[in-house]
Amino acid sequence: MRDRGTRLLLLASVFTIATCGLIYELIAGTVASYLIGDSVLQFSTVIGVYLFAMGAGSWLSRYVEKNLLGTFIQVEFLIALFGGSAGATLFVLFAHVSPFRVVLYAIVLLIGTLVGLEIPLLLRILEGRLVFKDLISKVLTFDYIGALLASLLFPLVLVPYCGIARAGFLFGILNGAVGLVALWALGQQVPRAHLLRVSGLAVLALLGTGFVFSERIITWSEAAAYGEDIIFAKSTPYQRITITRHDDDLRLYLNGNLQFSTRDEYRYHESLVHPGLSRLPQARHVLVLGGGDGLALREILRYPQIESVTLVDLDPAMPRLFSTQEMLTKLNQGALTAPRVRVINSDAFTWLKSNRETFDFIVADFPDPSNFSIGKLYTTAFYQRARTALAQDGAMVIQCTSPFVARKSFWCIDQTLHACGFITEPYHCYVPSFGEWGFILASVRPLPPAMQLPEGLRFLDERNVALLFEFPPDMARVPTEINRLNNQALVRYFEAEWARYTR
Amino acid sequence: MKTTRRTFLASAGAGAMALVAGCARSPAEYPGAILGAASAAGHRIRDGHFPAPSEIREVGHVIVGGGIAGLSAARRFDQKDARDFLLLELDQQPGGNAASGRNSVSAYPWGAHYVPLPNDDSTEVLAWFEELGLIRGRDPRGVPIYDEETLCSDPMERLFDAGRWQEGLLPQIGISTEDRRQYESFFARMSAFRDARGSDDRPAFTIPLDLSSRDPEFLALDRITMAEWMRAQRFDSAPLLWHVDYCCRDDYGAGLAHISAWAGVHYFASRRGHAANADADAVVTWPEGNGWLAHRLAEPLGERFRSGCVVFNIEEDGPNVFVDYLDLARERSIRVRTQGVVCAAPRFVATRIVRGLAPAPGLEYSPWMVANVTLDRMPAGDGVELAWDNVSRASASLGYVVATHQNMHPVPRETVLTHYWPLDAASPVEERQRAIVKTHREWCDLVVADLSSFHPGIAPHIRHIDVWLWGHGMIRPVPGFIWGETRARLSEPHGRIAFAHSDMSGISIFEEAFTRGYHAADTLLAQHG
Repeated sequence: MRDRGTRLLLLASVFTIATCGLIYELIAGTVASYLIGDSVLQFSTVIGVYLFAMGAGSWLSRYVEKNLLGTFIQVEFLIALFGGSAGATLFVLFAHVSPFRVVLYAIVLLIGTLVGLEIPLLLRILEGRLVFKDLISKVLTFDYIGALLASLLFPLVLVPYCGIARAGFLFGILNGAVGLVALWALGQQVPRAHLLRVSGLAVLALLGTGFVFSERIITWSEAAAYGEDIIFAKSTPYQRITITRHDDDLRLYLNGNLQFSTRDEYRYHESLVHPGLSRLPQARHVLVLGGGDGLALREILRYPQIESVTLVDLDPAMPRLFSTQEMLTKLNQGALTAPRVRVINSDAFTWLKSNRETFDFIVADFPDPSNFSIGKLYTTAFYQRARTALAQDGAMVIQCTSPFVARKSFWCIDQTLHACGFITEPYHCYVPSFGEWGFILASVRPLPPAMQLPEGLRFLDERNVALLFEFPPDMARVPTEINRLNNQALVRYFEAEWARYTR
Repeated sequence: MKTTRRTFLASAGAGAMALVAGCARSPAEYPGAILGAASAAGHRIRDGHFPAPSEIREVGHVIVGGGIAGLSAARRFDQKDARDFLLLELDQQPGGNAASGRNSVSAYPWGAHYVPLPNDDSTEVLAWFEELGLIRGRDPRGVPIYDEETLCSDPMERLFDAGRWQEGLLPQIGISTEDRRQYESFFARMSAFRDARGSDDRPAFTIPLDLSSRDPEFLALDRITMAEWMRAQRFDSAPLLWHVDYCCRDDYGAGLAHISAWAGVHYFASRRGHAANADADAVVTWPEGNGWLAHRLAEPLGERFRSGCVVFNIEEDGPNVFVDYLDLARERSIRVRTQGVVCAAPRFVATRIVRGLAPAPGLEYSPWMVANVTLDRMPAGDGVELAWDNVSRASASLGYVVATHQNMHPVPRETVLTHYWPLDAASPVEERQRAIVKTHREWCDLVVADLSSFHPGIAPHIRHIDVWLWGHGMIRPVPGFIWGETRARLSEPHGRIAFAHSDMSGISIFEEAFTRGYHAADTLLAQHG
């Protein structure tokens, strides 16, 4: 009876370790596909190397002569440790180690070898307790059923509900538990059982900590991916705001996309505001849509005749951050708290719908049209709304992504503005951290050519402004569709063009 | 040993699941309720226990039923300056199948939720759309320019198939060259049907449906099912059959094995609407679906729209028509004497309440379940981004429509999904019996299980689920119904009682109901000279 219990226990171990073994393999394959891409290649090579390592482990098992049970338990603890933490380890090391593939395959080899040791050792432990044909049939049955369970659990339950790193820790704990249970049940047959027990508990404690903190581990690895020191990170209901510093260079990222670098942001913001506003001597009231960092405001406030600036930004966290942090208020010269400035937290479309004021100059400084929700802010419907808020002799400027990388996207915005009855003057400038960047100045009536640039600019002067309006042949106009809510042509152009550029 | 192993396997599996459950939330009870087309009040008509009328009133006309047909009849009376009428509606709000609801997150539909670009033949609808500003003008060729905030925003549709979301509702993942050939051939056939005219020079398929050609070549399609027609044409591609079946279930609440081939082809070949600023397959929609249109129709009615009124008797007596109804709020019956009645209730109700009206055998109605699911966040999926209409190929439901799709907010957060489920696994009678006994909890389990099958991880984001049962959701165009004798008789007025309902067309769509309402009002007005 006692022996039957032992047999059952060991067969249960087969089932558990088979499940765990396949989970580790799937984790390595998935993490490799996430981080490196090319999932067919990653999965094939990870599975190949893993199976090869299992072969190596099986071969090595012949050198285990005595203390089979003790060795088996030690192997369980090692697999628990390395297998369980593999997912998190790979995430963390990705940002620090190069070439990453060496680490990846080293970890896969190590885990594979250890997993390869398990079944041969167990077979030998069970040898003599069962008839050979029963032994082989039972062990392999549980082995393969465990594999099936793992392959179903992983995509259907673990990845969606636990996340990869956490799932790894969970199965590491299971694996370690197998070792501890075996030790508890059969401890009297194992030399130095006490030492084993302590090491097993230590492994479980480590994995448990990993399980609890796995989310923080991922965040830390994300931070390292920026390659700069993160000095501020916050998730708001609308976006993830990250500010990094490298020497004297401050950078703002929204959802991981660079918004500005202090080394060259003046080029972007001078180009956004002055080519338009310097030609509107009558302008008194300005509207800024987006631009919660206050940098466009800083440029607008250089004009003493401007009486009011209204800034509409979706996320209250942005103006709050950029009006309170000293480092940032120095950068925008306290523009957000200037008496001439009024800040409104709302989405631009809804706000324009209810707005009854008119403005002499409108700045549309939205994120690039990288998804359908933001793409709506570049449609005929949006520009028609904006037009109702624009004075007859006023002008609107729109940041329009890169006319070099996304040439069709750029000219699609121009075409869309034409469809709404605007006259346009497209222009562009070079911002080193962004590349070649495009803007479109739109007005209902032709703008007077005379300009009056304010003092203290670092990039623009009367001579070079004219050059911004020249387009070389590789950025020249191309025919495009009109971007409407019901076709979202721009998002489709933008996706295709940036995908080609960044691949 | 055998039992031991089985129990061991079971307990090992359960153990693993329990461990995993530490990461996920277990199925929960969701707040919400079962709503429904006032089925309790409706069933009183069937059972027939009403207090005798204690009050009599007089009014020029009475409209029975506040769905789109009844509301459009009201609009027609106003247009013709016959403003002395009452519209009696069973439910608390106007709309019928175009009912809608609203919570702190969004307005949402309970049924019909869009109108395709109307055909030039749908003159009444086009004129009204122009009046509403949905059509803002016309280009130099006379093509309507639609209000772009009302046109359904891109992306319109996506399909979950083989673990990924793809654009459009025609399966594209893993299809063979033969499938693709059949797609092309099928849509070429449909396009030819769209352009075809019969020997009477009418379009083969159009809306309003009664303007379609009576050429026997086309009417022959009404004698077979869509499945039989597909088979005869050697269309056997599984993804194509799935798509056609989906379209039939979407519009008629029953698949291609049940509905007539004429109706099936009509779905693909009757739409010739166009817009200067949109593709021909564009639609107009609102967060509350066609509830928006119902409310625009109901607004000018004021006190003349009476909700919570169960009409249980309509009878002619000499020069008068009497309408008896129960005012649910006061639990009191009232008799109205009038010159004429537009009966805009579905026909299965009309035959019970109009004295002396012959029963109409062979009318089949599809039962539906619609759930509005409020979410704090929409989980992402693999493949293309969230669309307006989102369908899973493997699901028995029709997927869901996103109520906040037309919002201009650049960062979508909380939303309401309207989940549509035609109950067509068994016969309508059986399905109705099954549906009526299910609890809110049971419906929630079905809805959440279905949504989870293509959105793993959606359950913890659900905050509220309301369920609406449509026992007789829409008329089902079974073979022989659209061009058979029963339907021909449905259009005839019963003395001074004229009928208006989309079930008289055999297909439940907005334009049919709207046109029927106009015609019924015109019929009555013509009777008085």
